[in-house]
Formats: sequence, C-alpha cells, structure tokens
Amino acid sequence: MSPAGGPARLEARIARKVVRAASGQSLDVLADLSFALGAGETGALIGPSGCGKSTLLRIIAGLDRHFDGFVHRPARGRIGMAFQEPRLLPWRSVEDNVRLAAPQASGEELDVLFAQLGLADHRAHYPGELSLGLARRAALARAFAVRPALLLLDEPFVSLDAPLARQLRGDLCRLVESREMITLLVTHDVEEAIALADRVFVLSARPARVLGIVPIAKPRGRMDGAQESAIADEIDSVRG
Amino acid sequence: MALRLLSLLALLLIWQIAAHFGNPRLLPGPAAVFAAMWAQASTGALFAALAVTLLRVVAAFVLAMFAGAAIGYAMGRHRALDRLVDPWMVVLLNLPALVIIVLAYIWAGLNEVAAIGAVALNKLPNATVTIREGARALDAGLDEMAEVFALSPWKRLRHVVLPQLAPYLAAATRTGLSLVWKIVLVVELLGRPNGVGFEINIAFQLFDVTLLLAYALPFTALMLLIETLLVQPFERHVSRWRPRAA
Repeated sequence: MSPAGGPARLEARIARKVVRAASGQSLDVLADLSFALGAGETGALIGPSGCGKSTLLRIIAGLDRHFDGFVHRPARGRIGMAFQEPRLLPWRSVEDNVRLAAPQASGEELDVLFAQLGLADHRAHYPGELSLGLARRAALARAFAVRPALLLLDEPFVSLDAPLARQLRGDLCRLVESREMITLLVTHDVEEAIALADRVFVLSARPARVLGIVPIAKPRGRMDGAQESAIADEIDSVRG
Repeated sequence: MALRLLSLLALLLIWQIAAHFGNPRLLPGPAAVFAAMWAQASTGALFAALAVTLLRVVAAFVLAMFAGAAIGYAMGRHRALDRLVDPWMVVLLNLPALVIIVLAYIWAGLNEVAAIGAVALNKLPNATVTIREGARALDAGLDEMAEVFALSPWKRLRHVVLPQLAPYLAAATRTGLSLVWKIVLVVELLGRPNGVGFEINIAFQLFDVTLLLAYALPFTALMLLIETLLVQPFERHVSRWRPRAA
C-alpha cells in the first residue's frame, strides 16, 4: 500500500496518460506525475492552461480509468466535486439539485450551508434563473452537502469578477476549515492557490509533471502581503 | 379558443350546405349523423366499440413506446448496437403497415396478440428513431456529475436521463398516438370481431355512410380529447423549468 498509508489519504502516481485527439493524433497529457495529500490537507494544482489539469482531476475523481498508474482515494467516504461549469440539473430547483446528491443531509445542515453560501433566497429557483456566480455557489453547496472525504474543485471561480471570486474564496476557505477532508483544487491563479492550499503542486507544460511542491504555512488567508508575495515568488521560481 | 370553436362551427356549416345540395346517401347531413350516433349510443353499441378500440390503442401504444424507448436509448448510447440494429429499423420503417398486419394475422392467427403486436410493430421504429436522437443528445457533463456523486441507477434515470429525453418522448407520443389509432382501425377491419374498425367495415358492406360517420367522428373526437387533455399538459409539465418564451 501507500508508504505513509492511512485510510484517509490521497495518492496519485500516473506514469502516462495519452489522449487521442479528434484528428487521430495521440497526445501525451500526463507523464510521471505523482503527488500525495494527507488527512485534512488542501492541495492546489497550478500550471499553465492546457497542461492537463482537468484531465488529472477527472482521473482522480474516477471518471477516466484509461491511464498507466494508480490513484488511491480515501478508503471511506464520498467524493464531492465542483466542475468548471456548474453542471446543475436545469429541471430541478437549487435545493433539489443539492438534495439529490446528498439525500442524507438534514434540513438544518442545508439551512446552514445555503446561508453560508448566500443561497438562502435561491433554494426554490431553477438553475436557469441564476447568475453564473450563484450557479457556481449552488454547485459548491452540492459538493459540500455530501460531506465528502475528498473534495475536488476544478477552477471553481474562473470567469467570475474579482470581488465575487474573492468573496467565494473566503466562503470556501471557511467551509474547508470547518471540515475534516482532503481538498484538491485546480487553478491557474497563484493568489487563489495561496489563499486556499496547504501545499501547492506546480505543474509543467504538457505533458504535465510536478515541477515542485511549495508548502504554505497556516493559518491560511491570514498572511500579510509580504509573506504572500514571497510564496508567489517561490512558486514562480519553481515554474522557471 | 373562441377562434377554434368558430372554425369548427364553420366546418359544420359547410358540411350542412354540401349535404343539402348533394346526394344524402353519399353525404348525410350533420343532423342525420347525430341521430344515428344517438341511436348507437342508446343501445350501448357505440360505447362498447369505442372502449374496445381505445383499449387496443392504449395497449399497442404503451408496448411500442416502452420497447421503442428502451431500444432507442440503447442505440443512442452504444454505437456498435446502433450500426447493428439500424438496418432493421430502416426495413421496418419502410414496410407498409398493411404488410405487417397481414403477416401478423397469417403467422399468429386472427387473435388479439397478433392485432396489438402488429400495431405496436408499426409504431416501434418511429419511437425508436426519435428516442435514439434524444439519447445521442444526452449531456455528457451531467453523466459525469451523476457518476461522481454516485447517484443510484433509478435516480439517474428519473432525474438526469428522462428529463433530457422528455421532449423526444413527447414528440414520439404525439406522432405515435395518431399513427396508432389509425392503424388500429385497419387491424380491426381486417381481423377483429368488434371495435370501431369492425363497425366501419359493416357500414362499408352496407354502403351506410351515416353509420360510418356515426362511429368515426366520436372516435376522432375522443383521440383529440386525449391529445388536448393528456399529451399537451404532460408536455407543459415536463418543460415547466424552461424560461418561458415571450
């Protein structure tokens, strides 16, 4: 089993992942990529766009099984995931979308969650009636409501304006702190990675591998500007 | 609504005028037809025929829709199966209804199974092809969502797949219902001892146009009623989440 093995541990070793393009061409997307996260840790995968971050996240979620290597997910517990697009069922209300994924969640639990994410007034709305920002929050609510052992976030705040992204990041930070779970976040935003993660995995261009691991001291999000820019510089130096 | 009623009244009026100037044996007026209808209704014969025919329509329709939806879904999801079964569907789609009916009666005998099976088989390729289009258009992103959140097969069907197929199911229902009830009359005419089609056959033998219309019109009205009261509300219900146009 995994070296520092515990049941609540995420470990991925991907020797090779090939994607066949529509033109018939084969592309090596991931090569010799490995990383691990322990219980309660949050990791951020950061890398240039198109380097295969989403592919990696789909492999870790178990949606893509065609690769060389292995992924150990936490032995028990469910996966919560926020995709790049909200992927809500348009024909179900916000609340029903969440309840379908998380039938075990009690009414009070959902009340708290909806209040935390500013969705209290939108429970009965259909996703088509929501702005993109609200739809993303609904998708986050769904991911949290399943009380996941493993939370996967694929650029959850991309294409949102900066103040809203910052606010959602704050919400997410509080939720992540309040739960004992492994969180893996994909992003291309250094600031976002620093704000949320315990460890940043810097990925290379395609085929992606881990260039370096930058640890981030806790408490998250309470660093001053100098500390943050020092970490950003470190990430930049790893990127080369 | 008022306009539709007015249009129907105009149709009645034209019928009345045409009957007035024409041969009453070939085209009886509305009054004569309604009188014949009343006579058939008061003996109960009309209702018995309507009930029997309606039961056949429902049985054949349900059979064709369930089988068509299952086959169409499987074909839409699995390309190899689609390639394998598609030629059969093309053959079935182009086989005249009459051929299927006659063969069914010859092979299975003049019985209810042959009658309903033949009608269902006529409707089947139509439903299959429609649902297949729907299955091809299913959202892969929602599939992945259902997979990650480990939705049960029943939940997936009910909350993820069926809502996406609903417009296709509604289209298949609408075209299917009108197709099925027309073919049911032919099946009854050719080989059943009761039902609206059988009564129409008798009227044909007697050259009794009044009797023919006395059976045909109520049944047409019944099918229109089902379409308006069941099919259309169902369509509205399944599309209630869509932002209303205009």
